[in-house]
Amino acid sequence: MIQQQKRTFPLGISVLTIVVILGLIPMIIRYINGLGAVSNLSDGRPWGFWISFDLYCGVALAAGGFTLAGWVYLFNREKYHAVARPAVLTAFLGYTLVILALLVDLGQPWYIWHAMIYWNIHSPLFEVAICVMTYTAVLALEFSPAVFEGLSKSNLPVIRRFNWRIPWRIIRTIQIPLVIAGVVLSTLHQSSLGSMLLMMPETLHPLWYTPILPILFLNSAIAVGPAMVIFETTLSSRVFGHRLPLDILSGLGKAIPYILGLYLLLKLMDLMARGEIGLIFTAYPQNLLWWGEMIIGVILPVILFSMPGVRQSRRGVFWSAVLVVLGLILNRFNVSMLALAMRPGFTYFPHWMEVAISAGLIADALLVIWLAYRLLPVASHEEATGTT
Amino acid sequence: MGKGVLYDATKCIGCRACQVACKQWNELPAVATANTGTCENPPRMDAYTFTRIHFSEIEDNGKFQWVFNKLQCMHCEHPACVEACIVGALEKRPDGPVTYDDRKCIGCRYCQVACPFGIPNFEWDKPMPWIRKCTFCADRQGAGLKPACVTTCPTGALNFGERDDLLAEARERIKAAPGRYVDHIYGEKEVGGTSWLYLSPVPFEKLGFASHSSEPVTVNAARAMGAVPPVLLGVAAAMTGIYWLTKRRRKLSRVEKSDKENTGVPR
Repeated sequence: MIQQQKRTFPLGISVLTIVVILGLIPMIIRYINGLGAVSNLSDGRPWGFWISFDLYCGVALAAGGFTLAGWVYLFNREKYHAVARPAVLTAFLGYTLVILALLVDLGQPWYIWHAMIYWNIHSPLFEVAICVMTYTAVLALEFSPAVFEGLSKSNLPVIRRFNWRIPWRIIRTIQIPLVIAGVVLSTLHQSSLGSMLLMMPETLHPLWYTPILPILFLNSAIAVGPAMVIFETTLSSRVFGHRLPLDILSGLGKAIPYILGLYLLLKLMDLMARGEIGLIFTAYPQNLLWWGEMIIGVILPVILFSMPGVRQSRRGVFWSAVLVVLGLILNRFNVSMLALAMRPGFTYFPHWMEVAISAGLIADALLVIWLAYRLLPVASHEEATGTT
Repeated sequence: MGKGVLYDATKCIGCRACQVACKQWNELPAVATANTGTCENPPRMDAYTFTRIHFSEIEDNGKFQWVFNKLQCMHCEHPACVEACIVGALEKRPDGPVTYDDRKCIGCRYCQVACPFGIPNFEWDKPMPWIRKCTFCADRQGAGLKPACVTTCPTGALNFGERDDLLAEARERIKAAPGRYVDHIYGEKEVGGTSWLYLSPVPFEKLGFASHSSEPVTVNAARAMGAVPPVLLGVAAAMTGIYWLTKRRRKLSRVEKSDKENTGVPR
């Protein structure tokens, strides 16, 4: 058989396209036959896989955007400049995914804008909604210089004719206020995702229910930020072939034991202060979930990232970061699903169509990242070469 | 002040006329159910069933006995659903009912997750679904009528009136016949008090009532939300300060460097 030499689409892209289409079909069914037709959600488990994975994990895993932007632009660590832009891009896509997932999960997605006009300032979810909306816009603006740079070098003369330096300069002048706004908004909504669960003192297991839940949420999000950046940049450098200096990766890894150490301390002191520390041994089977998230996501990474040998190997840094990410995912599933009691008489296991919709959305984001890396200067900065 | 209903389990005969009246007034469709081995029907509340009589099989002095209790929205004094609702579609009215405005609702279902009694239900089978729950017949109350279930109850197990009067009445009933009731008015203190109040001949746990503390479930969330404005200002100020400091430090070190270069004196 004669193989066509001109391969425009790599295999991975075709697979992603199929996943996108497979995710679209259940979405259409949902809008025709209702949420019950594509999900195993019920009155006993009104929030399921979409909220736990797409909202709770999605927002936390997008924390790389504000942690890195803050670290580079506010704390002035220029060494990490090269990863700030990819981190902001993935954060922007992460938040877009959260909003897209909500358009499936909400009963009345066409009224999502009601959150902007009917304010209930007492609702933690309202705070999350306003912050997520604003922060997505902030992230878009933070990333927009890359788009302007890409457009000014476009192959089409029509597009090139416009002077893209003008919007580029406008964004650059407001960059610091944008980064500050990003950090403030992230602090608020990362913690508010925890405040949302404070409404359930009777249903959330006492191993997790604590008045300091918002602080724990913020702390774990800050810890997973650099871990997620290590994870993403390692993978993207594999795919797109520009390697980052190991120095940057291990530098990010070095911060993690401090942040996670504080988290571990807060977790244990909180359990002791509430007099519930015994539950980590007695509350079977929930204590297994607790130990799982603590060992995978906190204790092991603290040990591994503290070892210089691990930090000096790309593989060591990558897999330790994967542990942090996995531990965080387990934690968010625990608090929003596994350790949250259902109404009596109900059971829940995600329907395959729920998972298919989420997978389709992730495939969407990966396709956009692939396009962005091909078309826009994501990994290389103009400013890094001396405009600052 | 706020209205309430006193449900007296010793007077209820489990006829379920209240269920029928509720369906009629709210124009709710019938739901096909299967026999679950008990006399209760339907087996659980959903978007089309706002109230239900629960049958508890109790052994009393070696004799089998049915004790009934009526389930519906408790219309809390400090409702979690109202606090949770992102758009304020749920509202606690000063006269008692917790009402729902489907012109605001976006279908996020936080009310369902937050409710300590598991009451708000969702239309899972509809492409444009709403939350549905007992309205305390706020529309009938507005016209000076009692709720449909209370009107139809043939034995007087349901009493509608001012919540304070009903509490006094309940205490009187317990005092008049201490052997007949357990000394507990469910809903007086639970989750900060509810508009619906219950009297029972047996401990409430035996009827499947959740034992809630007297603290409203909303306190911790409210406290966290109260911290939002100071956190907002604090973080913004801190970040601005850090930026200013690092920028200044960089400028100073740059000046130092250029000074060194100018004078050419090595340290």
